[in-house]
Amino acid sequence: MSKRYEMRFAGSGGQGVILASVIMAEAAVIAGLRTVQSQAYGPEARGGVSKAETVVSREKIWYTKVTAPDFLLALTQASLNTYTKTLAEGAVVMMDDSLDCPETLDKSRVIAIPILRTAKEKVGKAFTANIVAVGAINAALQLFSDEELMEAVKRHIPAGTEEINRKALDAGRELITAGQAAAFAHHLG
Amino acid sequence: MSKAVLMQGNEAAVEGAIAAGMRVFAGYPITPSTEIAEQSSLRLPQVGGHFIQMEDEISSIAAVLGASAAGVKAMTATSGPGFSLMQENLGYGAMAEIPCVIVDVQRAGPSTGLPTSPAQGDYMQARWGTHGDHPVIALSPSSVLETYTLIIRAFNLSEKYRTPVIFLMDEIVGHMREGVELPRPETLRINRRKPSFHDGANKQCYFVPEGMYVPAMKPFGRGERYNITGLAHDEGGFPTNNTQVAGKLVSRLLAKVEDNADDIIRVEEYAMDDAETAVVCFGGTARAAMEAVLLARAEGRKVGMFRPITVWPFPEKQLKARLPQLKNILMAEHNHGQMLLEVQRTAGGSVPVAFLGKVDGTVITPAEILAKLQEMEV
Amino acid sequence: MPSDLIHQYMRIDHLPHIWCPGCGNGVIMRDVAVALDELINDPDTDFDRDNIVIVSGIGCSSRAAGYLDFNSIHTTHGRAIAFATGIKMANPKLHVVVLTGDGDCSAIGGNHLIHAARRNLGLTVICFNNDIYGMTGGQYSPTTPTGDKATTAPYGNLDRPFDIALLAAGAGASFAARGDVYHARETTAVIKQAMLHKGFALVDVYSVCPTYYGRKNKKGDAVEMLKWQRDNLIPLPRFNMMPPEEMAGKKAIGVLAENDFPEYSEEYQKLIDRFAAKGRK
Repeated sequence: MSKRYEMRFAGSGGQGVILASVIMAEAAVIAGLRTVQSQAYGPEARGGVSKAETVVSREKIWYTKVTAPDFLLALTQASLNTYTKTLAEGAVVMMDDSLDCPETLDKSRVIAIPILRTAKEKVGKAFTANIVAVGAINAALQLFSDEELMEAVKRHIPAGTEEINRKALDAGRELITAGQAAAFAHHLG
Repeated sequence: MSKAVLMQGNEAAVEGAIAAGMRVFAGYPITPSTEIAEQSSLRLPQVGGHFIQMEDEISSIAAVLGASAAGVKAMTATSGPGFSLMQENLGYGAMAEIPCVIVDVQRAGPSTGLPTSPAQGDYMQARWGTHGDHPVIALSPSSVLETYTLIIRAFNLSEKYRTPVIFLMDEIVGHMREGVELPRPETLRINRRKPSFHDGANKQCYFVPEGMYVPAMKPFGRGERYNITGLAHDEGGFPTNNTQVAGKLVSRLLAKVEDNADDIIRVEEYAMDDAETAVVCFGGTARAAMEAVLLARAEGRKVGMFRPITVWPFPEKQLKARLPQLKNILMAEHNHGQMLLEVQRTAGGSVPVAFLGKVDGTVITPAEILAKLQEMEV
Repeated sequence: MPSDLIHQYMRIDHLPHIWCPGCGNGVIMRDVAVALDELINDPDTDFDRDNIVIVSGIGCSSRAAGYLDFNSIHTTHGRAIAFATGIKMANPKLHVVVLTGDGDCSAIGGNHLIHAARRNLGLTVICFNNDIYGMTGGQYSPTTPTGDKATTAPYGNLDRPFDIALLAAGAGASFAARGDVYHARETTAVIKQAMLHKGFALVDVYSVCPTYYGRKNKKGDAVEMLKWQRDNLIPLPRFNMMPPEEMAGKKAIGVLAENDFPEYSEEYQKLIDRFAAKGRK
C-alpha cells in the first residue's frame, strides 16, 4: 500500500486540469497499472478552483483520494499556495513559471516551466495548456511510454484534433531538460 | 496493451443498465448524477432505445413507470433533491408492482446542500421516503466495476420481484474513474421479463398462486387489457375498499421482499473470520474503510470489514451471525448516523457500536477510521 | 339495459360509476368510447382494442380509465401525461389517450401539460373540465371563474382562471380544441380528430358538476347547467358568424389550433435509424 503514487492537478475551472488528470489515469490503464481518478469542482462547469487527482499503483487501490500528493501540478497562484501545504515528503511540484514559488518549497523539487505561454505561443492555442502539461509531466516523471501517453490523449480528444494535441504533447516534453528527467523520474514500486 | 478501459462510475451505471436491457431512460439533470443522463442520451439511440429529458424528476420517474408498464426496462437517475421529488411515484411503482431502477447518486444535503460533495444521507429516505408501508430493495456499489455488475443485478431483482429497485450510489463512486475490464456479455445473467398471456383479455392480472409472491407481468399492447392503479386493488387490478383485500395486498408486497431476503441480500466481508472489531460501511465509504482495515491488520489488530451491498433490506441475519465473536463495531458512513440505527438495532446492546460520520461534504479518510479505532481502544 | 357501446367498451362489472347524478363526466366518457369505436371500425386506421392505452391521473375524471375496457392505467395526481410520455416512448405504436381533469392537468400537472405540448409527442389528452375539485368535495380549481364560490373560496374566488385549450395552444400544442357535454356529437367528432392527429392533441371538454360547483354557485340543476352550455358554448362555424355584441360572454367550441409540427417519437426514430448501426453491442 505504500507503493501508491498520488498526483494532484490544480488550477482554475476551464484550464482542463481534470482532463490532464484523466489522461494520466487513462495512460496508467493502458500501461496495465491500477488507477483511481477523481475530482472536486464547483457546481458550475466553468470558473472557480478546480482540483483533480490520480492515484497510480501496481496493486489494488482502496482509498480513492489523494491525502499527501507525491506530485502536484499547479496552474494558478491560488492553487499553488493552497495545495503545496499538504505535500508528501520529497514531492515534485510542477508550476507555471508565471507564478511566484512559495518560500517554503524545496526548490530542488520544483519544476517551474512556461506551460501557459508555450500553449499560447508555441502551440498556438491557449486551451492546449493541459496537454502541454501532460507532456511535461510524463517527460519528468517517466511513468509511461510516449506511445501509451499519446494513446491516452487520443481517447479523450475530439476526432480531427490529433495533430494539434501531438504538437502540444511534444512542446510539453521539450520543456523538460535531460537533467530534470534524470532527477525526477519515478519508478513505481 | 491492457484490455481495461478507464471508466467513470456514472458511465458504468449506464453501460451496465444497457447490458441489463434498459431501453428507456427518462431523467432531469442534477449534479452529481448528470453524466448518467448524458451517457444515456448518447448510447440509447445506438441500441434502439429511447432517452427523454423530462421537465422535472416527478415526470422522469412517471415516464419510467409508464415505459416499464409498456414492456420496456427503464431507469432514471438523480440526486437528493430529485430523489425527494420522486418519492410519491416510487410508492406508486411499489403498489402497482412496476419494475424499474432509480439511481440516486447521493450528495451532501439537506436541501440543495453541497451539490458536488459526497454524502450518504439518503439511506433512510431510500427506505422510508415514500408514504405508507411498502417494500424496498436498495443496492449500493463501492467501485466502478461493481457499479456495472450491481446495476445489472438491480434490474434483475426489479424484474424478479416486480418492484422499483433503488441504486444508491454516492458522489465518490459516481464521479471516480477506474480502469475496468467489463465482463463479456455472454457471461452476464439477465432476467428477462416473463409476460403472462394465459387468460386472454383477463380480469385477474394481479392473481398470485398460493405459495408464490409475484404476479406475472403483462405489458400494454400485447393483447391483454387490464387495469393498473395505485389505489388498493383486487387481483383484477381494480380499486377496492374491501379492507381484507387491501390488507392482503400490502402484506404480500412486504412479504415478497422480507421472505426472500436471503435471495436479495448480498454482503462483502473482509478479514471477518477472526475479527473482534467490525468496521461496517457501504458504498464509497468502503474504500477508506478497507484501507484502514488493511493498515490495522498490518499492525496485528483483529479488525475486519462488513459491507452491506444490499443496503435494504438491511442484512440483519448476516450481521447477527458475527455478533458472538465481536467486541466492537464501528459504523462509518457519510451522514449523521443512519445505517447506524440499523446496526444498533441488530446488535441489540450485545456489542457496543461506535460511530464515525461526516456531514461537511468531505470524505472520511483511512487515518480518521484508524484514529477512531484507537479511541475505541481496539 | 346497457347499450351495445357500453357492453362492448366498458367494464360492466365495474359499473355503475362513482359519479354523482347529473355529472357530465359520463357523457365525456361515452364520447371517448364512441370516438374509439369509430376509429377501431375504420379500416383506414390502425386503431384496435389492444394498441390503445387509457392513462388517467387522480380526480373524478380519472376514474374513467377503470371503466373503459382497454389497457388502462390510473396513475398519481397530475402525472398522467408524464406516465403517458413513457408509455409512448417505450412503444410509439400505441395510441395513448390521457383522461384528466382541470385540477389534475392544469394545477398539479400543469408543468407536464405545457412541456408535453411543447415536445409534441403523439398523445391525446381529454380534459374533463368541471371548474372544481369534485373528488375532495368542491374546492376551487385553476378553471373556477373569478368570484365564484367553492369550499376554499367561501367569499368568492380571487384567482383568475386558466383557459386550458388556449394554455395548451400557447405552449405549442399542435392540436388544441374545446368541447362540452351539451354538444356531444360535435365534441365526439373533435375527440376523434384529436386521436387521429399526429402529435400532441388536447381537447378541453367542459363538464358540469351540479353537486359541488353548481350548488355552491346557484347554477341550477344539471339540466340548467346544460342549457347554459347550449346557449353560451357555440360551435366554431356559427361562432365566427356571430356579431361581436352577441359574442360577449360566449365561447367557441371546436378546433382552436392545428399545426403540422414534427412528432417527437418519429423524430427520435430518425436518430435511432442514424445511430443504431454504429452502436457498440
